[in-house]
Amino acid sequence: MQYLPNILFVAALMAGIGFFIRNVKKLARNIKLGKKVDVTDNTSIRWRNMFKIALGQTKMVVRPISGLLHIIVYLGFIIINIEVLEIIIDGILGTHRVFSPLGSAYNFLIASFEIFALLVIIAVIIFWVRRNLIRLGRFIKPEMKGWPKTDANWILYIELILMVLFLTMNGADYQLQQMDATHYTKAGAFPISQFLAPFFNGMSIPSLILVERSAWWLHILGILFFLNYLYYSKHLHILLAFPNTYFGKLGPKGKFNNLESVTREVRLMMDPSADPYTATPEAENGEEVSKFGASDVKDLTWVQLLNAYTCTECGRCTNECPANQTGKKLSPRKIMMDTRDRLEEVGNNLDINKGIFKDDGKQLLDDYITREELWACTSCNACVEACPVSIDPLSIIMDMRQYLVMEQSAAPSELNNMMGNIENNGAPWPFNQMDRLNWAKEN
Amino acid sequence: MESELKVPTMAELSAAGQQPEVLFWVGCAGSFDDRAKRITKAFVKILNRAKVSFAVLGTEESCSGDPAKRAGNEFLFQMQAVSNIEVLNAYEIKKVVTACPHCFNTMRNEYPDLGGKYEVMHHTQFLGQLVEEGKITLEGGKFKGKRITYHDPCYLGRANNVYEAPRDLIKKLDAELVEMKNCKKKGLCCGAGGAQMFKEPERGDKDVNIERTEQALETKPDIIAAACPFCNTMMTDGIKNKEKEAIITVQDIAELIANAEEL
Repeated sequence: MQYLPNILFVAALMAGIGFFIRNVKKLARNIKLGKKVDVTDNTSIRWRNMFKIALGQTKMVVRPISGLLHIIVYLGFIIINIEVLEIIIDGILGTHRVFSPLGSAYNFLIASFEIFALLVIIAVIIFWVRRNLIRLGRFIKPEMKGWPKTDANWILYIELILMVLFLTMNGADYQLQQMDATHYTKAGAFPISQFLAPFFNGMSIPSLILVERSAWWLHILGILFFLNYLYYSKHLHILLAFPNTYFGKLGPKGKFNNLESVTREVRLMMDPSADPYTATPEAENGEEVSKFGASDVKDLTWVQLLNAYTCTECGRCTNECPANQTGKKLSPRKIMMDTRDRLEEVGNNLDINKGIFKDDGKQLLDDYITREELWACTSCNACVEACPVSIDPLSIIMDMRQYLVMEQSAAPSELNNMMGNIENNGAPWPFNQMDRLNWAKEN
Repeated sequence: MESELKVPTMAELSAAGQQPEVLFWVGCAGSFDDRAKRITKAFVKILNRAKVSFAVLGTEESCSGDPAKRAGNEFLFQMQAVSNIEVLNAYEIKKVVTACPHCFNTMRNEYPDLGGKYEVMHHTQFLGQLVEEGKITLEGGKFKGKRITYHDPCYLGRANNVYEAPRDLIKKLDAELVEMKNCKKKGLCCGAGGAQMFKEPERGDKDVNIERTEQALETKPDIIAAACPFCNTMMTDGIKNKEKEAIITVQDIAELIANAEEL
């Protein structure tokens, strides 16, 4: 029976990690539904971007207040993970504070975890106040109603509870150390949790052990729960920000990719010696002839789908969007949220139907993202610039416009006029190309 | 002091066996829009004054394809691009300068993959180079003490990271450069990009150009400097909407320089 806690711990750990692996597999499968795109170029620039933007948080601090608060929570998360390692080893081996032989280094570590835990608690409370009391504009936009709002608050509550449990565990441990309880070796420095002493005043050793063990168990179980909550939450960014910044767009923001399938057709049209009856490259490869642009998630690239899962709905993009600022329906954040929601729907469809997608009569266009949103974009790249984790909402908007125009001929009529003019007289307005140099003779 | 513009075409130079140093890509707005034509002429006056060896395509020029591409018509864009590239390559063009950030972006970033590889410069970069080489000297007397705010065109700024070339020129005019609350990387769009120029905006609380004009007015400027013919139109409309056209003008950087030099 003495090994019961170890067995329970290993079982909980395996269940937690097992579920997490299952979620990661589902995530990878869904992302791979996207079209292939070659991102094997410029590896050194990509690594640098990841280190700078994700690890170094360079774009977070563009907004100093939220940037600083975020860095505290982020550092707290990374640093306190060292403590989680000790908890896991203790849990498996049945030891207590297995790293304590590190001596003064251990004291330093525990002390810094405690200080970070307190800072995280403060930051989380400020975050909560910004969301729920100050109600900053970007947190109360229409797309934030319902689950997105709940999700955001739950993340804050979970983080708060985990930190409180961590400090409670240490506080009780410290009391037990003072009382020379067996098993509780004198180790660690407790600059924060020592102030919890009044709460433990007059408690017997067994009750203190009960408090310490409860906090210890709830803390690690909470972490395992949080790990599995990620897949259902915008909080997934804590993992995906790294690959996303690595695979993010390189080069000038104004450069939009040229569609290769169109290039082939244009070359064929422009080349008088081309034989239109020879097999097209697609047919040779035995691939399905792809449609132009995107109407559903499978028409997007896997990087765009990764973008959608990475989005943490901070709303900096929407906040900077000129269309959104002037009251139009377009919100770049909603574009990303819709893409993820539709991708999840497609993923669930695959789960239910044993891996084969059963047509559900829905698509990303119209059922999630309306045409009005797509046509309101000025392609100004403010959203792309604003994103702290290199998401590119503009590319999805442009791909969907391509579908509307090239597959559906469904551009707004004024744009059809503009394009008709370009086709007929090489200018977006109905002027004769022969008059192009008239300005040189006018006074 | 209106002297006649010297605007050689590629066809003429080519017939005479000459090759200019740079092709001036005028663009559709610069060729046809009455307001933008004044920018084109101002730029040509400076080129003439600096004795730059340049030429235009004239009637052989056609839309770069930018508005078609941003509207989603990749097919029309590539048709335009490929035929323009054929003309440019036939004339063995190496260097292009344009006063339109949209043409600039498209030719610089999207033409190379289609076989059009040129050194593409925005006219503010080119003018900066002329100043550096001493081919034009800016005497700012005329603008001394004037408050000028500069509106970043999205396709020059965020799209291609050109923020300083236009600002350096304004500073050389001895003017007081005042920044709007949204500038450089955080510059607010004028509302014309992404083919919006050619359609009515979607329903909302206000038009983007009004929002941007209000930001410009907050700086209490004498002049709003632009570097894009479409931004120029949008900001001019904004100023008219606010009934400030009597006291504030919207001018392209090329016009400011031509003005300073009394060209």
